[in-house]
Amino acid sequence: MIPVSFDYVRAASIPEAIQLLKNSNGEGKLIAGGHSLVPLMKFRLSNPGTLIDISDVNEMKGVGIVGSRLVVGALTTHAEVAEDTAVLAHLPVLAEAAKQIGDMQVRNKGTVGGNIAHADPSADLPAVALALDAVVHLTGEDGEEKVPIQEFLLGPFITSLPETSVVTAISFAVPPAGTQSTYLKYFHPASGYAVVGVCAVGGKTAEGLVNHVRIGITGAGDCAFRTEQAEKFLFGKPATLENIKQAASLAAADGDMGEDLFASSEYRAHLCKVYTERALRKVLG
Amino acid sequence: MTKVVGKPLKRKEDPKLITGNGQFTDDIKLTGMLYMAVKRSQHAHARIKRISVDAALKLPGVVAVYTGKDVQDKIKPIRSIWLVPGCDLIAKDRVPLAVDKVNYTGEAVAVVIAESRYLASDALDLIDVVYEELPAVVHQEAAIEGSAPVIYNDVPGNVAFTWKAGEVPEEVFANAEVVVKQRFYEQRVAANPMETRGAVAQYNPGSGELTLWCTSQNPHIHRLQYSEALGISETKLRIIAPDVGGGFGAKIAVYTEEALAAFAAMDLKQPVKWIEDRQEHFLATSHARDQVITTELAGTKDGKILAIRTRNVASLGAYLSTMGAGVPTIDFGLMVTGAYTIPYAQAETIGVYTNTTPTDAYRGAGKPEASYQIERIVSLFAEKIGMDPVEVRRKNLVQKGSFPYTNPMGCNYDSGDYQKVLEQALEAAGYAGLRKEQEEARKNGRLLGIGISTYVELCGLGPSAVAGAIGFGGGLYENCTVRVHPSGKVTVLTGASPHGQGEGTTFAQVVAEKFGIPIEDVELFHGDTHMISMGWGTYGSRTTPVAGGALAIAADRVIEKAIKIAAHELEVSPEELKFEDGAFMVKGDPDKKRTFKEIAWSANNAWNLPAGVEPALEGQCFFDPPDFVYPFGAHICVVEVDPDTGVVDLKKYVSVDDVGRILNPLIVEGQVHGGLAQGIGQALWEQTVYSEKGQLLSGTFMDYAMPKAKFFPMIESSFVESPSPVNPLGAKGVGETGTTAAPSAVVNAVMDALKPYGVVDLEMPLTPEKVWKAIQKGRAVK
Ligand SMILES: Cc1cc2nc3c(=O)[nH]c(=O)nc-3n(C[C@H](O)[C@H](O)[C@H](O)COP(=O)(O)OP(=O)(O)OC[C@H]3O[C@@H](n4cnc5c(N)ncnc54)[C@H](O)[C@@H]3O)c2cc1C
Repeated sequence: MIPVSFDYVRAASIPEAIQLLKNSNGEGKLIAGGHSLVPLMKFRLSNPGTLIDISDVNEMKGVGIVGSRLVVGALTTHAEVAEDTAVLAHLPVLAEAAKQIGDMQVRNKGTVGGNIAHADPSADLPAVALALDAVVHLTGEDGEEKVPIQEFLLGPFITSLPETSVVTAISFAVPPAGTQSTYLKYFHPASGYAVVGVCAVGGKTAEGLVNHVRIGITGAGDCAFRTEQAEKFLFGKPATLENIKQAASLAAADGDMGEDLFASSEYRAHLCKVYTERALRKVLG
Repeated sequence: MTKVVGKPLKRKEDPKLITGNGQFTDDIKLTGMLYMAVKRSQHAHARIKRISVDAALKLPGVVAVYTGKDVQDKIKPIRSIWLVPGCDLIAKDRVPLAVDKVNYTGEAVAVVIAESRYLASDALDLIDVVYEELPAVVHQEAAIEGSAPVIYNDVPGNVAFTWKAGEVPEEVFANAEVVVKQRFYEQRVAANPMETRGAVAQYNPGSGELTLWCTSQNPHIHRLQYSEALGISETKLRIIAPDVGGGFGAKIAVYTEEALAAFAAMDLKQPVKWIEDRQEHFLATSHARDQVITTELAGTKDGKILAIRTRNVASLGAYLSTMGAGVPTIDFGLMVTGAYTIPYAQAETIGVYTNTTPTDAYRGAGKPEASYQIERIVSLFAEKIGMDPVEVRRKNLVQKGSFPYTNPMGCNYDSGDYQKVLEQALEAAGYAGLRKEQEEARKNGRLLGIGISTYVELCGLGPSAVAGAIGFGGGLYENCTVRVHPSGKVTVLTGASPHGQGEGTTFAQVVAEKFGIPIEDVELFHGDTHMISMGWGTYGSRTTPVAGGALAIAADRVIEKAIKIAAHELEVSPEELKFEDGAFMVKGDPDKKRTFKEIAWSANNAWNLPAGVEPALEGQCFFDPPDFVYPFGAHICVVEVDPDTGVVDLKKYVSVDDVGRILNPLIVEGQVHGGLAQGIGQALWEQTVYSEKGQLLSGTFMDYAMPKAKFFPMIESSFVESPSPVNPLGAKGVGETGTTAAPSAVVNAVMDALKPYGVVDLEMPLTPEKVWKAIQKGRAVK
């Protein structure tokens, strides 16, 4: 559990980080909190030639409201998100999820940008990002770019992030007034990551018809996914228990279920259903 | 006397540990120190065709590389020290480095010595080992089938031994009204102490003396074994166990890496450090349990147990580890009848070599396995005859007044009132209320379960004559020296080697109370073979019963001598003195007195000693206990199973333990809690898993589920104190109660919860998926 040797540099700004990435000829890697990258390096699964430490780049820190979206700087830590007044006021589900990440040490170091950029299939925030129509803000050699989360997350630890780009912020859509949201997590007893994590946002009309529903699921498979079939089934229908159950039974349909020592794909699919039902009952009940 | 024994004092040893001022093996840094890294096999079973080390040697900063061929004539294999007699044991000793063949994934094939730990690790990637893979055998039941690959040509069928004890006449089972039979699997687990293993070796070429700091629970055993393996006189080999960050049995065993570091230090005449990383730890440090136990119980319809018969197929791993053979035989087999008066018992254990990491002791070592099978089968028996599991236990527990009770295997349970402990646990848990609550819950489709375990364990190892008789390669007495300095301060030296158990506090309490001095004046010293004449170490819940026995007697010897000196100074006969609150007083004239401190000074200056009394004030005792101790307890666990997910929610855990006389209730409770965390961990989460080809699948904490504090409810623990008659302190040992009691309490509770679905048994760990599938199956049957 000793990494191979590497160079270490600090970037003071976003342009400098991009320049340093360019200089490293594909051998460089950004490091933010280091809580995903360093474990991989210790296993020698990731062997970057140069670590470019971006943790001093202040313009990538903090939370703000821009129009109907909440923008979270990439370097904002999970602990900061969990206690941020803007997050608690406008997107409490993000704080609810952040609180369930790892332990206190992990939350104090791990960053929102790192969590999304790492695309760990068991990480919590991708589910929230999917349910809240998140957009990933990138800055690269050719300037700034905004990539919808579904186009950003491509597979296990795979994203569409260009080699010399930096994730500067993630913006989340604040759901319409009157909606409810929740993040329910089934913890892996060993790692503490999500075996299944379901983020659901739901709203209904005065007559009880579902007029807003978004469900993001993480942990279950190779990549976090949105349960479009379940959403489609429920949208416009009365928010009855029966309809919720039927929608939940479609929860696993949009993802490829994974498998590990702890849980088979069959069990994971089942958990998608149970946790989706529980989440929907909470937000639509 | 100042009463400090029995007080819940905070541990004296904690401030330094929790402020980062402990001195662990990895904290030792010596000038010119080199670092060792170990090249390990990625195959479970393979022939070594070729090893090329040239590229590694060329890496700047690499000082040496050793392969099996380089060291085979220089380091002897490490012998197992527990050669259980009467079972045709074929012991396969660990070799320092594999030469022709590797027998488990992670077995060491070469070591690199380099100027830094980083360079040593880099060099490992440059060693090229060419293997020819052989079919591996991973599971012990498969290993003894005729068609299985054979690991050693001289071990047919991979059977290392077949051990038997006791006999049940055939007609007992044939004529029994009720027979219950069940196969249990005690899954393989890993102790995972917070500190991994490690060693620092320093050789003095002038004196020929080798100092080896290492993570040991028993430095004198390590000295004996390494002096033999390395060919160094015991007088020249000093083993120091500095602060040791937990062991749980995994640091009893004598391994090869420490010997390799020592060899390299001698060869290169430079200090060498090796620190195991966690990944290595999962592969290279002993695993435990891994026993397939089939138990049969014969009983009557009205709940009397007549006989127990067990067959245990135990995986030893690829080599016979230090205590590998003793755990599934003696430790397990002699206790298969548990806390009950059962007339007949028979135990058979087949020890099997497999292509896996060697197994050895882990907190409880054999007793958890024994307790699990008896506590599970007794509950299944109750179920079968339609009797409450508590009632069956009441009927069969050893009765008050029949102590010492000799079980059918010849173990003498020392003392206690088992019924009282059980009733206290039932009361604490509100058992009757719980059963009503369960009835209500079931009506609403809720799966509430109540599990009971009334365990007893064999602890406080043990009389040396017995050790000899059971093939243990050493004594099991323990040693304490109580040294009173001129200032009246006291150093206690013990041959036991505590590594988290808190004897620095409890032993100080005993001495402080005996001498009437503050506990701050007493320091415990241990873990250095040059400073301590002899000892056998800390394991088997023996430190307080055995080393504590030596302590009490040694302290009394100090008092005996001090009284003579005080009497001489006060010009009275020793019989005219009494010793109270740290003062030797003339009976009837308490103003005529000497304090303990004054006598410490007199004894050490020796200006005026009575005739025949030698200078200084020191007592020593080698205490060899007349028998083992037998902690007993009743544990009750309440769970609720989520029928939708199979998740087991621990709602309540009540433990009532009789661990004999309690020196410090805070420490005792801590031991119970820690043991329970590991015992419940085995029941619900922990599992070491290999692939069919012998690859370790649970090799990191991402997959191996160590229990975390938040997994547990508040544990409601209380105690009953029946002093043990076999040692001066009356202590029974508490370290292993939790791992012995909890697995069956938890599994009994979950099985009780699943009763509506007709589930009889599930293998540990009761992971949610397993439980969920059992519910699915039960539903389908319904
Ligand atoms: C013990 C432990 C438990 C954990 N438990 C959980 C859990 O329960 N749930 C969970 O979701 N996570 C968990 N984590 C992961 C933790 O949340 C992540 O470490 C964190 O979110 C990733 O952020 P980081 O700042 O540490 O990223 P780093 O480790 O610094 O980087 C991770 C990856 O992202 C890249 N990267 C980082 N920042 C940027 C950026 N701004 N732009 C482009 N690329 C970037 C890096 O190059 C690297 O490839 C756990 C981690 C540990 C160590």
